[in-house]
This record gives sequence, structure tokens and C-alpha cells, in this order.
Amino acid sequence: MKEHVQLDLSALPLHGRGDASPTWWGTAAFMLIEGSAFAVGIAMYVYLLSIAPSWPLAAAPPGLGPGTIVTLILLASLVPNWLVGRWARQEALRKVQVGTLVMCLFGIAPLVVRAYEFKALNVWWDANAYGSVLWLLLGLHSTHLVTDLADTIVLAAVLFTRHAHNQRRLGDVEDNVMYWNFVVLTWLPIYGCIYWIPRL
Amino acid sequence: MSDSGNPPVSDAQLERPELESRLAATWRTPGGLWGVLSTVDHKIIGRRYIVTAFVFLALGGVLALLMRLQLSSSERRVLSTDWYNQVFTMHGANMMFLFAVPVMEAMAIYLLPLMVGTRNIAFPRLNAFSYWLYLAGGVMLWTAFALNMAPDVGWFAYVPLSGPQFGAGKRADIWAQMITFTEVSALAVAIEIVVTVLKQRAPGMTLQRIPLFVWSMLVTAFLVILAMPTIMIASTSLILDRLVGTHFFNPSEGGDVLLWQHLFWFFGHPEVYIIFLPAVGMVSTLVATFAGRPVFGYLAMVLALISTGVLAFGLWVHHMFVVGLPRVGESFFTISSMSIAIPAGVQVFCWLATLWDGRLSFRVPLLFVIAFLITFVMGGLTGVMVASVPLDTQVHDTYFVVAHFHYVLIGGAVFPLVGAIYYWFPKMSGRLMSERLGRWVVGLLFAGFNLTFFPMHILGLMGMPRRIYTYSPEMHWDTLNLFSSVSATIVAAGFLLFFVDVIRSWRHGPLAPENPWGAATLEWATTSPPPSYNFPRVPVVGSAQPLWDERDSVAVACGLRVDRRELLITSVVSAQPQARDSSPRNSIWPFFAALASTLMLISSIFTPWAMVWGSVPVLITLVGWFWPKGTPEDEG
Repeated sequence: MKEHVQLDLSALPLHGRGDASPTWWGTAAFMLIEGSAFAVGIAMYVYLLSIAPSWPLAAAPPGLGPGTIVTLILLASLVPNWLVGRWARQEALRKVQVGTLVMCLFGIAPLVVRAYEFKALNVWWDANAYGSVLWLLLGLHSTHLVTDLADTIVLAAVLFTRHAHNQRRLGDVEDNVMYWNFVVLTWLPIYGCIYWIPRL
Repeated sequence: MSDSGNPPVSDAQLERPELESRLAATWRTPGGLWGVLSTVDHKIIGRRYIVTAFVFLALGGVLALLMRLQLSSSERRVLSTDWYNQVFTMHGANMMFLFAVPVMEAMAIYLLPLMVGTRNIAFPRLNAFSYWLYLAGGVMLWTAFALNMAPDVGWFAYVPLSGPQFGAGKRADIWAQMITFTEVSALAVAIEIVVTVLKQRAPGMTLQRIPLFVWSMLVTAFLVILAMPTIMIASTSLILDRLVGTHFFNPSEGGDVLLWQHLFWFFGHPEVYIIFLPAVGMVSTLVATFAGRPVFGYLAMVLALISTGVLAFGLWVHHMFVVGLPRVGESFFTISSMSIAIPAGVQVFCWLATLWDGRLSFRVPLLFVIAFLITFVMGGLTGVMVASVPLDTQVHDTYFVVAHFHYVLIGGAVFPLVGAIYYWFPKMSGRLMSERLGRWVVGLLFAGFNLTFFPMHILGLMGMPRRIYTYSPEMHWDTLNLFSSVSATIVAAGFLLFFVDVIRSWRHGPLAPENPWGAATLEWATTSPPPSYNFPRVPVVGSAQPLWDERDSVAVACGLRVDRRELLITSVVSAQPQARDSSPRNSIWPFFAALASTLMLISSIFTPWAMVWGSVPVLITLVGWFWPKGTPEDEG
């Protein structure tokens, strides 16, 4: 079939940012998947609670200390995370490099405290269904902390190579910032379930 | 400037022959094993997916024949009880997880980028990864079957039968891990579909101009994204109960067996629409082409697709009417189950109106549409029947239900699928399938199917339960069962003939003209089979039926680079050009990542620590995958 040229695309940028980037949409879709998984975990928690004669089942409520410290660290991390996103949009590479390193530390810190959090649950996963669902929720969220930390460390490493001088990397940083916000925000309902519902 | 030091080359500077050879050099898949393992071409991967899914269909069909042989008369001893349990579980799990869902996504993998006018699917490496993972999951399941350790707990794996107390050995774990393989792969493809449809449409293809098949796959992809996490959490919980002693489903320690049913069907019911909605898109495509006019009620069709998708999440409890739930709940789910017949009815009437007004061309694909309409409407009617609690209570777990869901799944999804293969085969191969054999295939499948499954309604009403390996002669079920079993060979003959036709036509079929059916959609605006880069120049869309409205000359865009894999990113609603982004090159890393994931997932059936040490190779392969290589594609 014959064709005629109707549109010239040569002036377009080589890579879109924000919602013009496929990676941004991919990250958003991934968050929808993971968000559904968290929602199912919480639904299981509520379901088991609704059929239980007492809650917590045969255990003291979890100790508040480590979980609350993790929550505070995660909330505090939102500030540098937001700054890194802003610097990425401003294309301030040096600041982005430093900020991403800081975010690595903010990924490690809650994981260290989390080790104590499992202990403070006051119940093992194999004690009863209450213990099982607590470990499931905490384990599910910890997996997200670990994977995002790994992602952030690799990204930080890339940012110190020749590949850093690239719009695309700054887009990667912005997507990583968005995903960390997601990891922090999904923690809040889980924190409420694990630590506060047993105290109601 | 690119890292390789070569200046960028735009297609605007090139005449057609040079343009095509430059594009081919950039987008090609090299030959040899390395090329096979590292390609990210959506057409090659889509083709692989389709072939693999049909192999699983054939294997699952053999299992069905085994069951029909066993049930052909009372007290037969072809299969032992244990083998029978494995065979019906394998049949269901294989058909749902290894055939139906993957084959529908596979058609989208092949067709969507062509239909929206782009050069590759979004995240093509993820696409390659998803195929390898799917293949590994299927091979794992069938290897287990060969070793007499296949799941024997039904495709739904209800606890406590599948739990640690009754499900000894590793059979239920194989089921649960097969879920992980296939769902990760399905979720990956769903993300690709969403992003391809939302961001890679040809300029001018506004939301109102998206072909209905593309719409149907977009809705399906969202169903996958929202439904499949549930089954992944559920199957993980089941493995945890079995492997490390959690108590999610153990009533004596505060767990609950009904929790499993809720989780399973919250996924399992949308699963039905994940299989059916793509078929709706296929039927809409075929109806429009063979009626020679656009589908009547485009907007109504799109809204029906979306509302089916929404309602699909609100009726899972109709699978659980006999477990003793509160009556208010049962009434609610009866209403919601019946209400989904409304969008289905809207679709059926839109198709009928289109056919009514069209100049019909009774080619093989349209014959499949007619077979679909009759069969699916019958399945839909029995669906409305079993949505009512008293009726469902009577026929639950009987062959009535077996008949019902085969009518909606085979009639509703497999007939359109086979019709779609006849329709798009020339696109994939450049050759037409046989019109004469095709008519035989339709006839054999339609007649054989109805003769096999219609008697099951009656058997169900006579009280024959599902999943029994045999029955005694005094039940008087022999005649209908024998009739059904003999008829099943007609279905088998139909599929056999179909496979013969496919294999023969792939090499020897008559060469297909450019647009063999006179279709309206963009996949026919390029050669058949399409080149690695799909379109020499990206089409510009000015209507919902571009090839009907621009018969003389197609509008295209220029300005994309040919020295790197470049494609166009457009805005979500109006498809305005936003960026010339790159598309990843071939890479071996997705294959390695799938290998590493397979090692981790299979090992974790035996030890939970596999999730710890097994994640190291996964991490390494992912870093290899994503680490920038300094190719022109990395320029931003």
C-alpha cells in the first residue's frame, strides 16, 4: 500500500520523564500488583480476626518498641526521599548521588531494627493462625524493604559510573523514589494491624 | 552522540530500501542458539507462547480422553483411583494455568503491538523472561506427572485435602509452585499489555479508536493485575502451612478452611473472565471483518467489557453456595452473579446487530463465531441457572456444572480462539489455512463438543457427581456416559485435523495477499509475516477503521532513528506524540534470570532456605539484565 508522511517526530525528546516514560507506568502497575498483595494480606488478617474468640490468640500483644522505631525511621526517610526526587527533576547529579547513598542507609536502618521486630511479636509463626498472619504481613513487607534496598544500592552504584550522565538514570531515580514512597505508605496499615488492633 | 561514536540516523533521510535494511539490521534476531535464547521480538516470543500453549492443550486433551475412557461404562479399571485423581487435577490445572490464560495473553503478545502500530511490546525483556518462566512451570508440572507425583487435589486445591494433614508428599506443593510460575509470568505480561496499550499507540489512535480486541486485552490485563496477587498469597500460605508449620488453614489453631475458598475464588472467578474477555475481543474483530462493517455499539461494547471486569470481582461466593454462608450473603451473590449476564447480553446483541446489518462472508473464522454464539449462549443460560442458590444446591458438584463451565470455556473461549487462529494465521505465516479443512474442523468441534457435553447436563440432573473415578451399574449412567465418551473422539478428531491444517499450511498453504480478509485494523498495514521492526514507518491513525477509511494511501510518521531501537511514546487519552523512546535490545539475561528463579522456586518446595540462597543468583542475573550497556538505546 502507498503511504504519505503526515507527521515529523524528529523534534521529540529521546526519553520521556514522569508519565511520558514507560518505566514510570511499569512501576505504577507493579505497585498496583504489590498493593493488591498487601490488601489480600490485610484481608486475611481481618478474616482470621473476625472468626477468632479473642485477639491476639493465646499471646501478649506485640511489643511496641521496634515496630514504632521502624515506623519513625520510614516516615523520616520520606524527607530525603522527596529531596532526591526533587534533585533528580532539577538534574542535580551530585546531590542525587549523595541523596541516593543516604537512601541506602535509610533502607538498611529499618531492616536492622526489623530483626528485633520479629522477636517483639511475642508469637511464633507456628504457634497459631494469629502468629502465622503476623509473620506473613511482616515478612511480606520486609521482602519489599530488602528488594528496594537492593534496587537502591545497584542504582547508587550505577550513579557513580559513566552511565550516570544520562536523563534516563534520573528517570530511574524518580521511579525508585516513587516506589520507596509506596513501600513506606503500605507499611502504615500493616503497622496498625500488627500493633494496634490487638490493643483495641 | 551515541557512545559507539556513530552519529544518529533518522528515517527521514532514507529511501525505502535503505530504510528497511537499516531497520532490519537494528531490530533483527540473530540465528543460532544464542539468538533463540536472547531474542526479545514480541512476534517470536508470542509465537512460542502460542505453540507451547497448544502443546499443553493437546496434552490436557489426552488426559480428558483418558477420563472419558475410564467413565465410558460403569466399574472400568483403566485408571486407578490415585491416577484418576492426578489426571483430573492435571487436566484442570493444565487447561486453566498452562493453556487458557497463557494462550490469550500470547495472542496479545503477538498482535497488540501490531494492532496499535508500534515496533515492539513494552518491556520486551520482561516478555522473554515471562515465557521462560511459564515454560519452566509447565515442564515442572508435567515432569511431576511423569514421576507419579502430580497434584491430586483438584485444580482449586481445597484444604484440608491439600494441607499438611491429608496432602502427604510433595504433590500439593508442586501445584502451589506451578501457580507461582504461571502467575508471575501472567502478571509480567499484564504489565506489558497495560503499558503497550496506554503508551505505545500510534499517533492519533485516541481511546475511541482503539480496536475492540485491544480494549478487551487491556481490561483483561487489569483483571490479572488485581486478581492474581490473591492466588499468589494463597498458594504461598498453603506452602507455608505445609513446609514450616503455619496455621492459616488449620481450624484447630485459629485458621480456617473457608479462608482458602474465599481466597481461591476471589482469584478463580475473575480467572474465568481473564479467559473469556480476550475471546470477546476476538469475536468482535472477526464479526466486524466478516460483516464488512464496524461493530454495532462500540461504546456499549467497551462499557460492557469494563463492567464485566468490575463485576467479575463481586461474585466469587457463588462457587461456595453450599458451604453454609449467611443467607444475606448468598442473596447478594446471586444478584451479582445474575447481573453479569447484562453486559454479556449487551455484547451478544451488539454482535447480532452487526451481523444483521453486514454483508456476511461465511469464511471459517465467521463459522467459529456462529459456533461460539450458540454454544456460549447455552452456557450462559445454565450459568444464570446455577447462580440461583436452590438450583445450585441441587446440582453443585455434579456433571451439570461440568457441562456448564465447558460450554462457557470451550464455547466461549476456545471456539473464538481457534477462529482467531484461522483469521490471524496468514499474518503470522504469510500463508492461508485450508478453507476446506477448516469447515471440517468447525463442524467436528461444534458437533463433537455438543454431543460430548450436552448429555452431562442430564447426567448431572440424574445426580452423577464430579471427580468420581467410577460408578456402579445400578445408577443407570452408563448409556449417557458411553455416548459422551464416543462423542469425545469427534472433538479429538477436530483438534487433530486443526493441528494437521496448521502444520501443513505453515509450509505449503497458499500465499496470503496483503490484507486477505479486507480487515480494518493496523496489523494488516504491514507485510505478512511482519518484519522484525513491524512497520517501516509508524502509521498515523485518523479513524477507528484506518484501513477501511484510507484505502489508497496510509498516513505515516517519520523522524524515528534507525540506528537504535526506537519507538514512539504517546499520551494515554489522545495518543499525542510525547517522546521517541528506545526499546531494549536482545539479551540473554532474561533467560538466565528465569533459570535462577526456577532453581529458587523448585528448591523452595523442599527447603525454605532456598528463598535465601536462591535469591543470590536471581539478584546477579537481574543486575546483569538492568545494568546499562552504553548502547545507543541507553541514550536519554
